[in-house]
Amino acid sequence: MTITSTAVKTCAVKKWLLSSTVAFTCLTAPAAVAGPIENYSPVTPARLENPEPGNWMLYRRTYDGQGYSPLNQINTTNVKNMVPAWTFATGVIEGHEAPPLVNNGVMFITTPMGQVIALNAKTGDQYWRYKRELPEDLFQLHPTNRGVGLWQDKLYLATTDDHLVALDAKTGKVLWDKKVQDYKKGQYLTLMPLIVDGKVMVGGSGGEFGVRGYVVAYDAEDGKELWRTFTIPGEGEPGHDTWSGDDWKSGGGSAWMTGTYDKDTKTVYWGVGNAAPWPGGMHPGDNLYTSSVIALDPATGKIKTHFQYHQNDSWDWDEVDAPMLVDLQRDGRSFKSLIHPGRDAIFWVLERTPERINYVNGWNFVHTDVWKGIEPETGRPIVDPEHKPTLGKRVDFCPSLWGGKDWPSAAYSQNTRFVYVPANENFCGGFTGEKVPLVPGQLWLGTKPEDIGLTVRPGADHFGELQAWDPATGKKVWAHNFPKSQLFGSVTATAGDLVLVGGTNDRMLRAFHAKTGELLWEQKTNSGIMGMPVAYEVDGTQYIAVQSGWGVDAQRIQDALAKGNIGLEDNVPQGGVVWVFAVKK
Amino acid sequence: MHDHPTRRSVVFGTLAACASVASAAADDDDPRKEKRPQKGDLLVFSEGEREGQTITPNDLKIGEPPIHAWPKDAANAIVRDGSRLNEVLVIRLDPRELDEDTLPRAADGIVAYSAICSHAGCPVTAWIKATEGNDDVFKCMCHNSEYDPRRGAQVVFGPAPRRLAALPLVIRDGALVIAAPFIGKVGGQQG
Ligand code: FES
Repeated sequence: MTITSTAVKTCAVKKWLLSSTVAFTCLTAPAAVAGPIENYSPVTPARLENPEPGNWMLYRRTYDGQGYSPLNQINTTNVKNMVPAWTFATGVIEGHEAPPLVNNGVMFITTPMGQVIALNAKTGDQYWRYKRELPEDLFQLHPTNRGVGLWQDKLYLATTDDHLVALDAKTGKVLWDKKVQDYKKGQYLTLMPLIVDGKVMVGGSGGEFGVRGYVVAYDAEDGKELWRTFTIPGEGEPGHDTWSGDDWKSGGGSAWMTGTYDKDTKTVYWGVGNAAPWPGGMHPGDNLYTSSVIALDPATGKIKTHFQYHQNDSWDWDEVDAPMLVDLQRDGRSFKSLIHPGRDAIFWVLERTPERINYVNGWNFVHTDVWKGIEPETGRPIVDPEHKPTLGKRVDFCPSLWGGKDWPSAAYSQNTRFVYVPANENFCGGFTGEKVPLVPGQLWLGTKPEDIGLTVRPGADHFGELQAWDPATGKKVWAHNFPKSQLFGSVTATAGDLVLVGGTNDRMLRAFHAKTGELLWEQKTNSGIMGMPVAYEVDGTQYIAVQSGWGVDAQRIQDALAKGNIGLEDNVPQGGVVWVFAVKK
Repeated sequence: MHDHPTRRSVVFGTLAACASVASAAADDDDPRKEKRPQKGDLLVFSEGEREGQTITPNDLKIGEPPIHAWPKDAANAIVRDGSRLNEVLVIRLDPRELDEDTLPRAADGIVAYSAICSHAGCPVTAWIKATEGNDDVFKCMCHNSEYDPRRGAQVVFGPAPRRLAALPLVIRDGALVIAAPFIGKVGGQQG
């Protein structure tokens, strides 16, 4: 790996090539001076547990995963006057899925291919850039990254060649570099690490390569591995009997998104992915803890409890997006909830206690033909076998492999108390299950890849659907439909009663009225937006920031739709740009 | 640690006639296993029941999907499976369909290409009907890039930025032999 500080490097080259005049110009240029960050604010445990309103230092800003900013300077009245303040081209293609993180005026963004860029959040000038040198034989099913973890004066980057790298936040210098797993076996990392009490936690990707998923914690100081918890129980562990034979060894359950954290009970909630390979007939049993949420003790990695959203996953329905922690009033009582609009099309409302996760309620938030209902006592969905993929038979099901909502996050507004879901409606899928041997490093889907279909329900009048739900009543409050696009981007809510989302193939960032769903503002960007918008403040001015950079699954859906010839745009340009907006004074 | 490669090849070169395949192939660290395919290498099956066996022209029929192969330094009985960047796809096509770049690299219609997608480096595994057109093409299932082996494996669909590297072949004494190193860059884009 290398560290480059672009402006300094450019000066050095020019000095060598030309004359001292050039060197002088470089040294005295006022803007875009790269270099160490002065007066960096250490990210303390207290600041992470109770972040200042103007900062965005965790994946969803707060440990509870709500994706809500208390800033309201930009609001429903003045958002119409919002204009770009600055932009910054990353110089990288593929899916830019990371939130721009902001700590007291310093912005950190990550890009695909393992780059981290530190910027002045007010001016857009670069402080430093770290570029990972990836191995030449690396393959990337998901060439992306979802952000660096912040802790004290360090940053933590999880890479697609399966390393965890600690950087000096002020300089971008590498402090340590640990191999987490072997990329040659289809293991990789794309998530933003979750850091609690000095423990840097990451979960592995690779569910399509027949891995056994895990969450692992490292000491933030020296990178020592502290614990590793497999998401599929081994022999002698509770839940192992939900597998048959040796299926557990390659059963998937990858844990490739950042967890959420309850600081009161010191419990981390981590989403777990699909079972592998896809057809359930190749791994009979409930298959714990695939398609589940697990509650972990961050001190030891011990699994305290779990809830499995659906059993014997056969649809590639990862449930990796960690549930939001929300204090909820429902049915005449107050309780601490977990809220998860699932890839399996069920909007899950659960109750969390220190010992258990209890099912409270669940309903379909998009059309599905897979579930006949949910057992009220256990929360176990009742499957229609006609729509459950199996071996040797073509089976179709709704929603598609990408589910009702994929990994892009929903948001919860503490103002409106609504949940905003980036849903996809009217998509279905199907494939024929086939026994395929596992070849390490090759896709292992349990079907012929060319057989995988994305279809559209007859009479569909839209695909993407931004939904507002009241979790207290289970009522849909409003929805905004996208007739010509999927919706594949994370949602952010603000105290200015704005709901911000990109995710469409027309390259727009949009702001909606949180109470009514009215479209208040939109701006076309350079590429499609898959990552999440953030809100932050510097020197009394509020900004909205987002990365625009299309790729990965949003592009795959796009290809499939274009191929289906249903009149959708198939050419969304690639290339990452950070966009920062402010209200014109 | 392994022996110095030059010294080893001298030793094995001398003993080639009687050296057992197993003893040479057993040393996983041998740098010749990682070396890209060389002129004079044979091709062996990289998977399936015949893994490790030499591929002959008779193993390839027009209309059949490609065979996944490793190059093999036959003189030293070294299968070059030390890097996934060495895996190739071998297929027999109708020579009349081959374009002017491809024909000189083909041996009786048999062509070989790197099996590593130029997009993000996944293995190219499928042989299926093209998204646009009726011909079968190589397809990488990671993000749907398609390559036409009749036309130098140029990209005909998907995000791949460039064609697959080509591996020229000849038939010598009835055996399929690599005629020259890869033409073009092997591996995915990294930045
Ligand atoms: S790696 Fe082959 S299409 Fe992306």
